[in-house]
Amino acid sequence: MADLSINLAGIKSPNPFWVASAPPSNTAYQSHRAFEAGWGGVVWKTIGDPIVNVSSRYSSHDLAGQRMVGFNNIELISDRTPETNFREIREVKDRWPHHAVIASLMTDTRENWHDMMKRSADAGADGVELNFGCPHGMCERGMGSAVGQNPDVIEAIVGWVMEAAEIPVIVKLTPNITDITQPARAAKRAGADAISMINTINSITQVNLDTMCPEPYVAGKSTHGGYCGPAVKPIALNMVHCCAADPLVQLPISGIGGISTWKDAAEFIALGSTSVQVCTAIMHYGFRIVEDMIDGLNDFLDGKGYASVNELRGKAVRSVDKWETLNLNYKRVAEINYDKCIGCNLCYIACEDGAHQAIDLITPDGYGLGPGRLPGKKIPQIIEDHCVGCNLCSIVCPVDNCITMVDRDTGKPFMSWKDYQEKLAKGEMERIPAHP
Amino acid sequence: MTLKPRTTPELAAVTMAEIEPKYTPQEAKVEADRCLYCFDAPCIMACPTGIDIPGFIKKISTNNLTGSARVILESNILGASCARVCPTSVLCEGACVLLDRDEKPIKIGRLQRYATDHVFENNINVFKNKPRPNGRKVALIGGGPASLGCAAELAQLGYQTVIFEKKPEAGGLNTYGIAYYKLTPEVSLDEVQLVKSLGVEIRTGVEVGVDVGMDKILAEFDAVFLGVGLGHTYQLDIPGEDKGGVVEALEFIEWIHTKPLHQVPVGARVAVIGCGNTAIDAVTQAKRLGAKEAIIIYRRGEDDMPAYEYEYEIAKKDGCGFMFHTAPVEVLGDGHVTGLRLVRTKNNAQGKAEVVPGTEFDEPFDMVIKALGQQKQKAMLNKLVPDLALDKSGCIDVNPQTGQTNIEKVFAGGDARNGGREVVNAVAEGKKAARGIHAWLNGQAVDGPVQASRLGCKDGVTGSGYDHPRRVPELEAEYFAKLNEVSHG
Repeated sequence: MADLSINLAGIKSPNPFWVASAPPSNTAYQSHRAFEAGWGGVVWKTIGDPIVNVSSRYSSHDLAGQRMVGFNNIELISDRTPETNFREIREVKDRWPHHAVIASLMTDTRENWHDMMKRSADAGADGVELNFGCPHGMCERGMGSAVGQNPDVIEAIVGWVMEAAEIPVIVKLTPNITDITQPARAAKRAGADAISMINTINSITQVNLDTMCPEPYVAGKSTHGGYCGPAVKPIALNMVHCCAADPLVQLPISGIGGISTWKDAAEFIALGSTSVQVCTAIMHYGFRIVEDMIDGLNDFLDGKGYASVNELRGKAVRSVDKWETLNLNYKRVAEINYDKCIGCNLCYIACEDGAHQAIDLITPDGYGLGPGRLPGKKIPQIIEDHCVGCNLCSIVCPVDNCITMVDRDTGKPFMSWKDYQEKLAKGEMERIPAHP
Repeated sequence: MTLKPRTTPELAAVTMAEIEPKYTPQEAKVEADRCLYCFDAPCIMACPTGIDIPGFIKKISTNNLTGSARVILESNILGASCARVCPTSVLCEGACVLLDRDEKPIKIGRLQRYATDHVFENNINVFKNKPRPNGRKVALIGGGPASLGCAAELAQLGYQTVIFEKKPEAGGLNTYGIAYYKLTPEVSLDEVQLVKSLGVEIRTGVEVGVDVGMDKILAEFDAVFLGVGLGHTYQLDIPGEDKGGVVEALEFIEWIHTKPLHQVPVGARVAVIGCGNTAIDAVTQAKRLGAKEAIIIYRRGEDDMPAYEYEYEIAKKDGCGFMFHTAPVEVLGDGHVTGLRLVRTKNNAQGKAEVVPGTEFDEPFDMVIKALGQQKQKAMLNKLVPDLALDKSGCIDVNPQTGQTNIEKVFAGGDARNGGREVVNAVAEGKKAARGIHAWLNGQAVDGPVQASRLGCKDGVTGSGYDHPRRVPELEAEYFAKLNEVSHG
């Protein structure tokens, strides 16, 4: 069994799986249930001046029968008083001393930030997370993503917070920004201990075409909501990597965004996250999902020979680099396994209309009955000379391992675009001919 | 003993209920979402009417149900009944590529029913374009699926069409002759209404050759389509066949379609002679209507039966009995049947059934249903159109591409032409004949619209089942049989 325990900027947790600051972390009751299920940490639902919520609050982006591929909400921060929240944090901490409880905070003035920091530490929280990301409601009042979108404001507020910080401070970033490293660097400059990302993305999930009003519906109107769930994972991974690879950030990262499985978590960790935070998957299935996350991550680490989850952290960071560093002389092509091909021809039409016209439909001599089981039915064949190795056919193919991408030795040495430009400038080579 | 009703309205509502009820919207969505949306899909190649199957399923998936039904009905005007009665496991679903991936083909028939039910239940007209009348008139003899398919296509090409049907209702076997739990007459009559809504005139209760002369029709119309179907069932040719309680399968099934279910007379112990799909329809419905026992008597074995495997399964589940390698030699009884004298048979070296001498035995029955297949209507056809060319088996000889007979202005399709096949074949042949008529009268061919799921097909794709229907499971079996021959030979 690999060691799953982590230490994120001084916040210790028996495993990297934290409940994100959201409806599942609203109360002590839920936190107890989360820890009983096996979660390593809970980031409390953001504490601040109690707000008033609307009804309804959530909406879903479903796809081909799959619920909540994407999910959004227009709920605000905690609707309970700081007194209640801090009292319950104390209660949870007393019962779960070795688990991480992080107070998520949102307030306005320097004095209020100082006050909240003190009360968090007094309640026994292991750390705080500053909510600079909430993209709906609170930003209209100058908080949440209104802060996170302005690096100067981040720097100023984190500065105030650090003046009163007795426990580690995580700055939670909004993805509703052009370059995530700018707010991350601002947090770093102001002395933050860690960053977490991503908060939710501005969104409208769907328009009801009868009422002409999007969901979530509030008395004939709706508003822009925060988008999360499996669909945002690629965006979150990208931002986590940007920060992990940035020499001017260099802060521990808590990764958030569409994590539903141990594999998602492992990918966030491989791109530089120390802990991962989960909300939507819990809102879909409950706290019980952590059992397989722990079990699966453990088996994965054991299988790969990692003694600790910390050995996995950042393993994939260096494999992501600028486009200009990629090898122009590398070639891969698609290969069809006719024993597996079922004859749907999706690869053909995808390549024909959507890519590079590198698949033909041919009469299946020598392939027995042929895919599709119709004697004489045309079947796809890769035209290797036209194949640019784009992956599209292997992506659309509905059969596992039917179309695989295989390396072809071009016999040419490594040459990046940068190298190419240099060689051109020195007159060492001709321009690569344009595609006909 | 005698034939009498043996069920109640309440019981019949349960026993005769559809075996495959309509999908709920969610069931339909889940099933439609499973479809891969193949390009140039094999299911289309297996459908005799060439319905754009991935195209209509995609539209269910996007909740464009009217569009989905339009795709179906444009190719097959009887898409609602075919959805229920087609042997999908040997047609479209038997060609589904998912059989090769996870052995569960898309339930195409049930999805087709879901889409077509939507437009019938909500009275939605999917055919918005009214064609301009071209001034020509076509008569169609017989009001079954072939004529309906032909008339619908002709009407959409601007023809004035008149169907002559001798029964009180059109629809043919769809209205009168298919197991109630698969297809209720209401569905068939809805389809007849749909055909009428295209401008087709249907004169019911009119028997051509009796009520109106064929020569008059030939003189009055620019072309004539023969969709007269088949005739009475083959006789047992054994003593006692004329006794009370001996009925033809289609006659029995017609009772079910024309009387309230609780008034359909049935025996307590019913013998059904024959083992085709109609025999199964008869034996299961006899059982479902209250027969204590309903037994198929078949002169050959389980592996020889012409009924589809899934039909056989229905009968077994219904608790019907099977006496294989058995043939009747005499109907017993005094006025009304009281039993059958049977004899054991065995398959000879040529695979034909032959009697095993000295094996006679008697079995009590109070109803005998003859389901030996329908006869060709040679005599009727000879009388109706004296010079009409028939093939050796008595089917109308036509040009397979156009449906044209040896008599220029006479076309034909359906069971009278093919000897008795599926509803979907009849519709396809009717449609082909319609296009044949149009081509003959105008000197130009009609092409169907390009199908959405095949948009972008280049020349040389495998083609639609309308041009060349293929039964994939049969082709597969043939292929493997040939392989076996090679490896053993």
